[in-house]
Amino acid sequence: MRVMVMVKATKDSEAGIMPSTELLEAMGKYNEELVNAGIMLAGEGLKPSSKGKRVAFDGQSRTVIDGPFAETRELVAGYWIWEVKDMAEAIEWVKRCPNPMPGPSEIEIRPVYEMADFADAMTPAVAELHDRTSEKLAAR
Amino acid sequence: MTATETHRAIETVFRIELARLIAGLVRLVRDVSLAEELAQDALLAALSEWPRAGVPQTPGAWLMAVAKRRAVDGIRRDRMLARKHAEIGRDLDPAYDGGFETVEAALDDEIGDELLSLIFTACHPMLSPEARAALTLRLIGGLATDEIARAFLSNEATIAQRIVRAKKALGKAGLSYEVPRGAERKARLASVLEVLYLIFNEGYAATAGDDLIRPSLCSEAQRMGRVLAGLMPDEPEVFGLLALMEIQASRLAARTAPDGSPVPLTEQNRARWDRLLIRRGLAALERAEALGGARGAYALQAALAACHARARRPEETDWAKIAALYDALREVMPSPVVDLNRAVAYSMAIGPQAGLALITALEGVDALRGYASLPAAKGDFLFRAGRLAEAKAQFEQAASLSSNTREKAFFLKRAAICDR
Repeated sequence: MRVMVMVKATKDSEAGIMPSTELLEAMGKYNEELVNAGIMLAGEGLKPSSKGKRVAFDGQSRTVIDGPFAETRELVAGYWIWEVKDMAEAIEWVKRCPNPMPGPSEIEIRPVYEMADFADAMTPAVAELHDRTSEKLAAR
Repeated sequence: MTATETHRAIETVFRIELARLIAGLVRLVRDVSLAEELAQDALLAALSEWPRAGVPQTPGAWLMAVAKRRAVDGIRRDRMLARKHAEIGRDLDPAYDGGFETVEAALDDEIGDELLSLIFTACHPMLSPEARAALTLRLIGGLATDEIARAFLSNEATIAQRIVRAKKALGKAGLSYEVPRGAERKARLASVLEVLYLIFNEGYAATAGDDLIRPSLCSEAQRMGRVLAGLMPDEPEVFGLLALMEIQASRLAARTAPDGSPVPLTEQNRARWDRLLIRRGLAALERAEALGGARGAYALQAALAACHARARRPEETDWAKIAALYDALREVMPSPVVDLNRAVAYSMAIGPQAGLALITALEGVDALRGYASLPAAKGDFLFRAGRLAEAKAQFEQAASLSSNTREKAFFLKRAAICDR
């Protein structure tokens, strides 16, 4: 199964404080382990939300909101995409991660939807409609 | 955490550590079966101690220490037994003397290629490809025997026996459990790659209704391919195979219709192709080429897959390049099936006449006799050349040769269109 593993933001990451050399080194080693275990597919760090934008939707209206955003603990500071056997394996690998922040921090694991998850709602007719739309998008 | 959750967590740690654990132990005790037993002992120790004391900071090192202690205890006991036997008048095997010192030296051995050596052992060419695949999934992939049996549509007893026999054969052969060097390395590596691709294809052949463990063989093979690439960063064919598997796997979701019937490459909804895997596959292919391996059999097949992956729409496919790649592939991997695909590529790159010219030479080939794809391809060339009556006969022949009902229906439909 594929999971997205998200490192949650903290006050420090939101303030744009760069990680220490020690942390960078520990993270480098950890990333190497993930690659060597064959589970890491991708991963990136995100700049603080002060550099980000949000687009709010309400009916037909679209409002652009400038960062930074308030709810720090809910923001994402970085992510990986992993291919693991199950959630238990993802948890075990996350536990081995060095604390990604100088203070207390949190990492969230979310499974990625797979086609099989839509099995009930995805009738052949709906699937075909879905296909036609995404095909047009891909062809652009 | 509940007891079941703790139990599950311990088993997960064990699964993650298993390959390295066995790899280290094989180096020590020079026996795959014994190494596996010692690893299981360490798991039992963890299951009894961790729920009380908590999971150690470095669980892998903990498991290894326990298993090694047992190994040494076992050897001590053997030595003591041997001494007792000697006391009662039996000769001590002179070759065994010093065995304990060797083991103690190996304990401090920090050689990093233990895992690689285990992979080479599990994929030893003395074993049949099926035995290699089962042993590799067991030792490197950490799959249970019943999982391997289900994955290969076999029964547990057969697979268990296959694994036991393979381990016995390895034990008898008196292997050095080293990573092969020099001339031997190339042949042995080919054997490893063959096994990974066999496992991958077994997963790829799975159909919609199958046990989910079967398609998971693809990700298992990809994972082991990535591990191998990390261990052998300078071997172009390792990256060639990895590229091939990543790109092929990128189409897994698109290759069957909602009713389960196979969708040919040119008809697939490319929006469903996994762009992340394509990107990884293209990067691996680039690495294989940068290492001078562009002409390797796996790299060439990966390059072929990449031509399709790069085309956002079927019309954008670079058929001229595909035709040239098949020219190169038939040099390193001569096969009538490659020649048939080459004929199709030529028909797309140049025109149906070019395809017809090449396919005529293949019609007498024994290996393709009764192969539905041959008349199907010829029918397609004739159809595109406007020779409808001849095309119809070819499609009908293809339908009669196919044992797959959906494929049969597809050929009959093409035959019917020739009448319009």
